[in-house]
Amino acid sequence: MRPAPRTWVLAGLLLLLAAVPPLAAWLDQPFYLDLLRRVMIFAIAATSLNLILGYGGMVSFGHAAYLGIGAYAVGVLGFYGIHDGWLQWSVAIGASALVALAIGAVSVRTSGIYFIMITLAFTQMLYYLGISIEEYGGDDGMRLASRSQFSGLIDLADPAAFYYVVLAILALFLYLTRRLVDSRFGRALQAARSNEARARAIGFSPYPYRLAAFVISGAMCGLAGALLVNHTLYLTPEFMNWTRSGELMFMVILGGIGTTAGPLLGAAALLLLEDLLQGWSLLPKAVTEHWQLYLGVILVLVVLHAKRGLAGLIPGKNE
Amino acid sequence: MNLILIAEQTLNGLQLGVTLFLIAAGLTLVFGIMNLVNLAHGALYMVGAYLGTFFFQQTGSWPLAVALALAGSMLVGVVTEVVALRTLYERDHLDQVLATFGLILFFNELVAMLWGRAAIFSTIPEYLSGHVQIAGGLSYPLYRLVIIGIGLAVALLLWWVVARTRLGMLIRAGASNRPMVAALGVNIRLLYTVVFGFGAALAGLAGLLVGPVYSVQPGMGELILIQVFVVIVIGGIGSIRGAFAGALIVGMVDTLGRAFLKPTLATVLSPTAADAAGPALASMLIYLLMAVVLAFRPAGLFRAVR
Amino acid sequence: MSSPLLETVGLRKAFGALVATDGVDFDVREGETHAVIGPNGAGKTTFIKQLSGELQPDTGSVRFAGEDITRLPPQRRSRKGLARSFQITSIFHDFSTLDNVALAIQAYAGHSFRFWRAAREDASLIQPAMQLLKQVGLEGKAQVLATKLSHGEHRQLEIAMALATRPRLLLLDEPVAGMGTDESARMVKFLETLKGSKTIVLVEHDMDAVFSLADRISVLVYGRIVATGTPAEIRANAEVRAAYLGEEG
Repeated sequence: MRPAPRTWVLAGLLLLLAAVPPLAAWLDQPFYLDLLRRVMIFAIAATSLNLILGYGGMVSFGHAAYLGIGAYAVGVLGFYGIHDGWLQWSVAIGASALVALAIGAVSVRTSGIYFIMITLAFTQMLYYLGISIEEYGGDDGMRLASRSQFSGLIDLADPAAFYYVVLAILALFLYLTRRLVDSRFGRALQAARSNEARARAIGFSPYPYRLAAFVISGAMCGLAGALLVNHTLYLTPEFMNWTRSGELMFMVILGGIGTTAGPLLGAAALLLLEDLLQGWSLLPKAVTEHWQLYLGVILVLVVLHAKRGLAGLIPGKNE
Repeated sequence: MNLILIAEQTLNGLQLGVTLFLIAAGLTLVFGIMNLVNLAHGALYMVGAYLGTFFFQQTGSWPLAVALALAGSMLVGVVTEVVALRTLYERDHLDQVLATFGLILFFNELVAMLWGRAAIFSTIPEYLSGHVQIAGGLSYPLYRLVIIGIGLAVALLLWWVVARTRLGMLIRAGASNRPMVAALGVNIRLLYTVVFGFGAALAGLAGLLVGPVYSVQPGMGELILIQVFVVIVIGGIGSIRGAFAGALIVGMVDTLGRAFLKPTLATVLSPTAADAAGPALASMLIYLLMAVVLAFRPAGLFRAVR
Repeated sequence: MSSPLLETVGLRKAFGALVATDGVDFDVREGETHAVIGPNGAGKTTFIKQLSGELQPDTGSVRFAGEDITRLPPQRRSRKGLARSFQITSIFHDFSTLDNVALAIQAYAGHSFRFWRAAREDASLIQPAMQLLKQVGLEGKAQVLATKLSHGEHRQLEIAMALATRPRLLLLDEPVAGMGTDESARMVKFLETLKGSKTIVLVEHDMDAVFSLADRISVLVYGRIVATGTPAEIRANAEVRAAYLGEEG
């Protein structure tokens, strides 16, 4: 089967990303390494959200919770002197999966407006929980004691090494998500989104598949959280703020909902747009100082007029 | 823990409850009738607070400020509905969530542009400040009693409008059968705009009332909006009765929980444990409550406006 | 006479003051094609929904192959061998024609917690799906997006999907609704090939289809069955003619 144009574009992008560290070193612009690493970490989070949102049709407004859980897993373990990366990241994934299971068990049964509000409410609950625990900094947050250690294998303090770790995980998750979506499991999930009544009539019960997808998605996002805190070296409950959830959703939409390349394109687009609005010297001060106003307007316009997102501009498999 | 403290916190809970109700009522109507997820409803509450503060500063007359702020909130609501929200009625919930999310960013920043990012100081008139002696030796702020009074009065008014007037009948009909109402020749667009404006006014009222009690700053809408969501989920989408019951429940549980959970825990746990767990658990209380309600009544306690 | 494959006993369903199903005793024998007809508003759709599991009766029971299935949801009834096609086409619009049928086969095959193998390359799904498409005459449109099919082709797809779960009993809700003369004739010919090997409960307005296919006909008026019998008996029944056939001429 010949890959669709979209697949080529995605492969090309990943190759381009791989070329960044040497390029950045050659041009002596470490800033871009940092920026793109951040883009990729959010792309991982957006990919996880795309699974349940794009393919599952579940409008989860609480996804930032898992970024927070993953980050806190690393941060809290580090607080108690445990720096082993394998352990930290396993806990990040495991804890996120567990929380997703707990929240999902209650919320996945609902749909529509209820599901949106419930996922939002639970995320805020975790946010307030994070704020109220003074031990770990409360609402000020705390510094990461040390980066996750993978003794002998990789030193995350090396920017390029860390960059490639993130890139590898992104590529891996993109591949895994693709396989998941094409499998029987993915089909059942998409069928439930496409026509729930019919799915039931032919014998699918949507709940177990949706819950499983919800848990997988949460776990993936938990790893993104672990990566994020290693990137920022600082941990705050703001990771879990609902506006962050909104940003993740926008990345999925901007990039193209229900496509493989979408989350990466969307993360890049949104983060670069935010950076641009905040710091581009060509923009008047009135704009950069209140960039969120303009971002808000742009986002509204995108939703109203450009539903298919960036990936929609490139022909996909069925076109 | 004494009776006076309990009474005081109960009144505080009641005050939070009616505030939540004012915001929830408009939102649940919009959910139920127009099937619109409006995350920007909190922004209308914020607008009310800012306008109330502004007009009182400018005119010095509280009743006038209230009237102007109400009118202003309603106007902002109607303009937003006509300009940005009309096209969203046909769209799916995801689009509505994202578009109204964009509106939140817009409004928060707009308010910051006009009044700055720091919280502004909101005052109440002389004759409303001061305390009232309630039976049993409790001295309670007059203004908070005023809020409770106004909130309950509005609840009563709402019940009367929905149950006894033509507009209320249209609202109930629109909630259960939109195409039919349109087929009867009712101008659905106008009805929607009226409902939305009404809801905006209620949210604005809540904002201008509690501005002096809580702080007036960009982003204040979102803080309370989450609690409003919990209210609506518990009460049932589209039900005003549910919004009222849910609001009182949430208001009480949250206030009493924050006040009394830690000392209650301290009787069974060590002081340090209670110190740590108390506030954390208290902040989670209403969400746990929501989860429990959902486990038994997935559609909330009450059915939609009948 | 062996016990019926499907039967309802005293089925009753009311929506407030409106009694949609008023104490219906209904039975279908294995291998027969049993049509349910009645004027609009007689409660046929409500009745079908109680058979398929989308609605729960207030009182009364539904028995299938001797088992009480009254409380079973649709997905469980599907597994027991009771499949339904929908009056208002209900397919997976963003999947291809082939994939629609493959999904039905996949659902029937058991749980779908298989995460690795691509479903579109799975021969155990694709082959039977193509077989079914051939049976209903849609194999030429296998790769077409389901939403692009014509109305008649949608109805054919509906039946293919219902057949995919290898049902013992097919509930067909107005299979020729909205079809032109040629298309309905084709559909009727196809349904004739199923007679005997499958038990069919057919809800239809099209009298030509009903009289060609049905072994027995039940007439539903205001939620009650007023007559059951062979096509000849029903044609001759004066009460039925007055209440219903009279309108059709």
